[in-house]
Amino acid sequence: MAIDKKPPMPATATGIGERPKRRSLLDKHRIIETNATLLLIFSFLVVTVGGLVQIVPLFYLENTIEKVEGMRPYTPLELTGREIYVREGCYTCHSQMIRPMRDEVERYGHYSLAAESMYDHPFQWGSKRTGPDLARVGGRYSDEWHLDHLRDPQSVVPESIMPKYAFLEERLITPTHIEDLLTAQQMVGVPYSDEMMENAAADFLAQADPDSDYDGLLERYAKAQVRNFDGRPGVSEMDALIAYLQMLGTLVDFSTFTPVASR
Amino acid sequence: MSKRQKGDPETTGHNWDGIEEFNNPMPRWWLWTFYATIFWAVIYTIAYPAWPLVNRATAGVLGWSTRAEVAKEIAAVNEANAAINTRLASVDLGDISNDADLNTYAVQAGGAVFRTWCAQCHGSGAAGAVGYPNLLDDNWLWGGDMEAIHTTISHGIRNEEDPDARWSEMPAFGEMLEEEEIEQVVNYVMSLSQTPQDASQVEAGETVFMDNCAACHMEDGTGDRAQGAPNLTDAIWLYGGDYDTLMETVTYSRFGVMPAWSGRLTEAQIRAVSAYVHQLGGGE
Repeated sequence: MAIDKKPPMPATATGIGERPKRRSLLDKHRIIETNATLLLIFSFLVVTVGGLVQIVPLFYLENTIEKVEGMRPYTPLELTGREIYVREGCYTCHSQMIRPMRDEVERYGHYSLAAESMYDHPFQWGSKRTGPDLARVGGRYSDEWHLDHLRDPQSVVPESIMPKYAFLEERLITPTHIEDLLTAQQMVGVPYSDEMMENAAADFLAQADPDSDYDGLLERYAKAQVRNFDGRPGVSEMDALIAYLQMLGTLVDFSTFTPVASR
Repeated sequence: MSKRQKGDPETTGHNWDGIEEFNNPMPRWWLWTFYATIFWAVIYTIAYPAWPLVNRATAGVLGWSTRAEVAKEIAAVNEANAAINTRLASVDLGDISNDADLNTYAVQAGGAVFRTWCAQCHGSGAAGAVGYPNLLDDNWLWGGDMEAIHTTISHGIRNEEDPDARWSEMPAFGEMLEEEEIEQVVNYVMSLSQTPQDASQVEAGETVFMDNCAACHMEDGTGDRAQGAPNLTDAIWLYGGDYDTLMETVTYSRFGVMPAWSGRLTEAQIRAVSAYVHQLGGGE
């Protein structure tokens, strides 16, 4: 296929020929479009500014978390319960984020604070509520209720569509890998102390056994609840999950907390 | 060559195999909308909290914050209800139902409290579940008048948090009686409510019942509200009235718990939900 005529160079590239009438400053984009090096330089500039705006605030993200008293890392048993919560995908139906709106505050309690999920890796805020929010479910129901409800949700809430989790009771767990779990959390910034690491396995067992010596556990983890959560011998996944649920939202004392209004 | 017609816009100057490209300007409406959004963005970030700085984000000249908004909204609602809540919290419990306005408010507000805090155990329709009492009938464990309902809700049942909680504890008779005796007493209890039972065991069971159970459940088995001891002569069962369930109940006992609400709800809310439960059908 023969090219019978060489196409003319664009007017701006050659600097000669018929140039379109200049309408405004914006027509200068022709200069960038026809000059690859210039285009590259300006593109880098735009990406640099955009990147700075998005990335730089991440380095001082800490300042968005207001200081509140009472927050502590999860106890080994609670952390295990949390792993089960994540494993079973509870977050797909339950959020853990009470938004600052009157209806939510009156139903679920004080709106969630950033500090309350600062030791959550990954966070469990969720984005959809098929079931209710669980950010402050701790202490709201008895262990027996949780047990009845997790075994067969419809036995207490007939209209519920939640699946049954009775198998959790049958699955006994040992703290074989609990130190690894704590180490992983430590690596992403959860301040587990050396003492907490050393006693991880003992604390794990002590929390589900009210006859054990749990003074050390309470000293290391304030407000930790020590009970045989599922009422059966041994530590089951049910124990861990209920321990986690009963702790949710209970750490910050809201009778002494004054929120900064402008956050 | 060029097929340009009169009135066509300028071309871009590109020409590929005789194909040229019009250099049409952006539609005016689009361009002005674009400029308007840029202008709006600038105004918005000045007016509202926006730019993250080193210590905190810019607060915005309007001083708007979600927290202040929600606090204001809650305060407004509380203030609007303050007068009637004070009245509800201070009148005699028995007088609530005599005051039409107050009663309507209490029942409506109590319904909202019930659906938020009570429905998970007692059911959204208050029909209860196995282990969680039905509140629609006239069968009460601890009493069904306003005073009794109010006390139960305020202090709860068998909880550690409130020293005034209603408390009673059925012993686990598995540790005290022979299995044979438990079988006998279960058959006797079933006979009390005319449930089909092993009639040969009933007589022996009556002796066991009188020695061990009658102190709380009364000699005729009609129970005692002062101790929350259920009436065993009717067809209403909290955990179930079949042989297997009764064997389990007598052997291991039961320990139903209800939280104390006085620390979590206001007195007006507790009275409202008491009035709501009282008017459900079984109030005395």
